Order: sequence, then C-alpha cells, then structure tokens
Amino acid sequence: MINTLLFIVLPYVALILLLLGSIYRYRFNRFTVSSLSSQFLEGKELFYGSVPFHWGLVFLFFGHLIAFLFPRSVIAWNGIPARLFILEIAAFSFGLLTLSGLIMLVARRVNTTKLYPVTSKMDVLVYMILLVQVITGLWTAVGYRWGSSWFASVLSPYLKSIFVFNPDIASVSAMPLIIKIHIVSAFVLVGMVPFTRFMHFLVFPFTYIWRRYQVVIWNKKQA
Amino acid sequence: MNIRSQIAMVFHLDKCIGCHTCSIACKNTWTDRKGAEYMWWNNVETKPGTGYPTKWEDQNIYGGGFEKNGKKPKLKSAGKAKGLTTIFYNPKLPAMDDYYEPWRYRYNDLFEAPEGDDQPTALPISDITGEVMTPKAGPNWDDDFSGSPDYARNDVNFKNVSKEEQDALFQLERMSFFYLPRMCNHCLNPACVAACPSGAIYKRGEDGVVLINQEKCRGWRFCVSSCPYKKSYYNWKTGKSEKCILCYPRLETGQAPACMHSCVGRIRYLGVMLYDADKIKYAANAEERDLVKSQMDIYLNPFDEAVIEAAKKAGIPDSTMEAAQKSPVWKFVKEWGLALPLHPEFRTLPNLFYVPPLLPAMASTANNVYESTSESLWSTIEQSRLPMEYLASLFSAGDKEIVKNILKKMMAVRIHRRNKTVGDLETDESAKALNDTGLTPEMADAIFRLTSLPLYDERFVIPPSHREEAIQMMEETHEYRGETGLGFTKKPKRGL
Repeated sequence: MINTLLFIVLPYVALILLLLGSIYRYRFNRFTVSSLSSQFLEGKELFYGSVPFHWGLVFLFFGHLIAFLFPRSVIAWNGIPARLFILEIAAFSFGLLTLSGLIMLVARRVNTTKLYPVTSKMDVLVYMILLVQVITGLWTAVGYRWGSSWFASVLSPYLKSIFVFNPDIASVSAMPLIIKIHIVSAFVLVGMVPFTRFMHFLVFPFTYIWRRYQVVIWNKKQA
Repeated sequence: MNIRSQIAMVFHLDKCIGCHTCSIACKNTWTDRKGAEYMWWNNVETKPGTGYPTKWEDQNIYGGGFEKNGKKPKLKSAGKAKGLTTIFYNPKLPAMDDYYEPWRYRYNDLFEAPEGDDQPTALPISDITGEVMTPKAGPNWDDDFSGSPDYARNDVNFKNVSKEEQDALFQLERMSFFYLPRMCNHCLNPACVAACPSGAIYKRGEDGVVLINQEKCRGWRFCVSSCPYKKSYYNWKTGKSEKCILCYPRLETGQAPACMHSCVGRIRYLGVMLYDADKIKYAANAEERDLVKSQMDIYLNPFDEAVIEAAKKAGIPDSTMEAAQKSPVWKFVKEWGLALPLHPEFRTLPNLFYVPPLLPAMASTANNVYESTSESLWSTIEQSRLPMEYLASLFSAGDKEIVKNILKKMMAVRIHRRNKTVGDLETDESAKALNDTGLTPEMADAIFRLTSLPLYDERFVIPPSHREEAIQMMEETHEYRGETGLGFTKKPKRGL
C-alpha cells in the first residue's frame, strides 16, 4: 500500500505538477521565473558554493539520465572492472562536489544576514530536499555497490514503466530504505519545481547559442 | 546604407554645477522602490575621482565592453561561450559593496525618544537588513573630494598622466575638478544587449532606446558586468536587471527626460541623430586611435539629399527628419565638432556626447603669479589645470589632439565673443583664433547662443513618436484590434 503511494501515486503527482505547474507559472507569472540570484548581495563565498554545486549536479543529472535512457550501454561499459571503477569514482566525486557546494551554500545563507530578506520559506525546503537527495545518493553509492550497474538493470525498467503508464513496482518495493528515500525525495523535488527557485533550470538560455548578439525590436514591422 | 534614427544626447560639462538635481529627478521618478534603492540610473561624479560604482572605468576589474578581436568586436568577459560557462557564478559582477549599501534614517526616534540629557539622533538603518548600520559609501561619496588620496588619486584616467603633473594637480592650491553626469548611453553597439543570455534586452528600432523586458529577464546579470559604464543594475528584490529607459513615456509625449528637464545648469541637450547601421561593426572594431573618427563617420548628414531620400525609403517619418535637421546634438557633435563620446575605447558606440570642460584652463602660474590676463588665454590651453592626457583618457581613447582642438574651438568662441561684447581685444586676434580652429564668426555666435542662451525647444528637439498612428504602422491591423487605450496588465479573462 505504502509502496503504491510512494512509487506510483507520488511519481505521477510529481510529474503532473511539474508539467502543468511549470506551464502555468511560465504563462501567468513569468516575471517570477528565475533563481533570484543573491550574488549581488554576497559575491565571494557564493563562488565556492555555487560553482561546485551546479557543475556537480549537472554531471550527476546527465549520469542518471544516461543510465535511464541507455541501460544496456552502461551495463556493457561496466563489464570491465577498470571501467566500472572509473565510472563509480567519477560519479562519487561529483556527488561529493555537489555536497560540498551545497553545504557552502547553506552555511552562506545562514551566516550572511544580508541574505535573509531574499530567502523564502521555499528556499529552506529546497535546501533540505537537496541535502536529503545528495546525502542519500552518496550513501547509496558507498553502501550498495555498484549503483551504476544495478540502477541500469533495476531502476531503469521501473522508471520506464512509469513513463509508459504501466508501473511495475515489484523491484523498487524490495529496495533498501536509503535507496527508497533517495527515489522518493527525487520525485518530491521534481514536483516542487514550479513552486520554487528550481524553475530556473527550465529557462536555461539555450536560445543564446544561436541568436544574433544584437537585438533590435521595431514597433513597425520591417519589410 | 541602412539608415536609422537614434535619440542622442549632449552634456556640456562647462555648464555642470554638480547639483545632482538630475539624479534626484530620476530617483524620484523611477528608482525609489524596494530593491532599487542603490540604483542611480543617472548619477553625477566628481572628476578626478573613482566614481560609482567604485572604479567603474577599470575594465581589468569589471570586464565590461568589447575588445578588438579580428573581424568583429568581441565582448570582454561575456558572450556565448564565456557567458554560458560562467552562468553559475558571474566572475565580473560588481557586488553591492562596490556601489554602497543603501540606508535611510529612523526619523521616528526623534519624536519617540524619551526625555533625557542628550539630543535624540536618527540612526541610519540598512535598506537591506533593516538593522542599524554605519554608512561607509554612497552614490556621490567622493563629491568635491578631488584632491583626496582615496578618491582622486585612484582615478583610472591618470594612467598616462606623469607623476609630476599628478602631484601638481593634487596640490591644495592647484586642486581642480569638474563634474561628470552619467547615464545610460543607449549605445549603437550595446554590450548589455549582446551579453544578455535571455535576449531580454533590446534596442528600439524607431528611436534607439535600449530597454530590458522585465518579463523576459531571468536575472543572469551579464548585462550588469558587460556594460562598461555600469549603467545596468541588478534589482536584488525582484531578481531582474533594470536600467535607464530614457524616460520613454515622456519622450513619446514630447517631453524631455526627467533628468534633462530638471537640469539646473541646462547642460543637457537631446535630439535625433541619423546613422548608418551597416557601419556599426566597422566603427566598433576600428583601431583605438581611429575610434572617435569612425564613430563620427557613422552619423549621417540630415541635410544631404541622398540621406533624405534614403530615410524616406527606410520609412523614417518626415517629422523625425525635421527633428534631425534641428537637432542640437547634430550641431554640437558633427557641425561644430565640440562633443565627444565618453570612453570610446569601450567600443559600444555610446550616444551620449560630452563637451569637455574648458575651465579652469586659464590658471597658468608664472613666477608664482596667478596669470589670468586675456593675452594669455590662448596659450594656456596646453597648460590647463586639467592635464590634457587626463581629458584624452576620458573622451578620446588617449588622443590629446582631438581634445585640444575642441578646447581651442571653445576658447576661440570666447575670444570672439569677448571681442564682440567687450571689445578690448585686437580684432586680428579674434579672427586668428577662429581661423585656426576652422570656425566662422557666424558659427561662433551660434555656438555661443546654443551654449549660453538656448530655449527649451532648442535644447530638446524631440521627434513625435506618432503613437496615434501606431496602429496604422502595424501591417496586420486586425491583429491589434482592441489593444489601444488603457489596457490590463493581466488579461481580465476568467478560467484557464
């Protein structure tokens, strides 16, 4: 019962919230769609928090995504122990990088009074969910080896079953508690996106890559 | 030729008295809001001095503007590759402490303090934290502090001024300074627009005003670091960048921007300049010594038949053309060649031009005697109290000749007018002074008139923006049906 709630209901609620919530906020409250940068108020410590945190997270996100999309390739890659170790050590390093950055960010928030006026209750929640997420992730990597292999063979099919609307939770239900927490908090995080500063990653300015540097807008249409 | 119209400006520095009325007018109109307290879209600096934000001119610190790089000017510290890879932490972003922490006073304490032996005081309260603070900097913290070691000596423009000249300038008896009012230059090659990852900043085609779309801005802050004039500001409360909008709601209704309208010294001029947009990339990429000239070449003569023809073809209204012909900016910048862009080496092609300060030029000291007789007026330009290198560093990317020629012209106008009104000079001298600088007596009189006695309508020649025709200007008028008049910020529609 609880497993159905956590691994079937929660994922769908989270995904629906992500989809509809983000579209709604972007369409009707676009002004608020950003991360509300605080670099202007405190620009020194932020470097040691934001940079490792974001880069670590970017690699972890794409790591999980690749394992989800191409599980066979990952298992094949891990067939040679040396390659498995490289992958695991790299992933763990990015995890540590993210955690150290996150701890810096939290410490900075707490220690800098200037940041209090720009810190919302949702920001506190964001920090908490991120801490849970990163710590359980690292714990999983250490305690339940080797994640990159069993993720591909156990969790990828589960995630796929969610996306094809035919949820199969037999394997997830049998997972150890830490891994379950990691999965649940991941879905909570996804569902939180439209209600928090997480929104900003959805508006990453890709269009800058192909647009012209100078922008001119005419009132009158140009021939 | 890709002819466009631009609202451009001239500030006559000899007339600026440093009263900050412009700054206050702007502040009261636009930036007296939460998150914008520290912003001064218009500010006035004492020069020599370090300015606001501190040392904004030093691009080694702030990384603003463009660099010459092969065929195209390249953003110094932003751009597609640099911007997107440093998006998690903008390494060149000025922090609040580079400007100042805004504060106000707890005036209520004056009324509510209990009776006692001491006078109650109104304590300064931070606008950020709401706590009692000690102000350590402000928007004009170095106002009139020209000689002070902390401010004037740290002015970036002294890099080419010799030690002796600097020491001479900073002697108490010889100390001199002038005011530099600054605002957004509404550049032809704006670095803020080029650096904005969201594409939220744009130049209005019709009048060249540079604006930030607040709905589109995602607060990545590259405009702040890329603007070499530090005239784009981050609102810490809304998480958006803001900048001078050239009071476009006023412009569109035929009024001068608030800063210009309120200017006590009447130093500000505003008018249309026509330019060739195809030449921007060449002008912005010229060799440093050619930058002023290449920018001047971009502007088109509104009296030239070919230009008038091309403007018509490009759809520039006749009223704009008429405004361009009456433009005081055209007169100061091109016809008389008296005004220069600020720091052309930033390569953004700014549209705010400065008539450099001639005064105090006549302060040569010979044998410890303060020499100010009219005979020596002419010869003292080179030994003016503000070293020529200093002015050249501000206005001509280091070319002393350009600045000197302008000061000579201004001096020639003075000699001419002195001859005309007081009559104690040799007529030859006046004629020679004008001749040397290529001015005619008529031009000198016109310069005098527009400098000293201009009417409101001569200072501000604002082209009608034809908002009443805006609908007709749209080709698909039916698409804009029901959108004029007082609108809604949110659609009044119910439901999804």
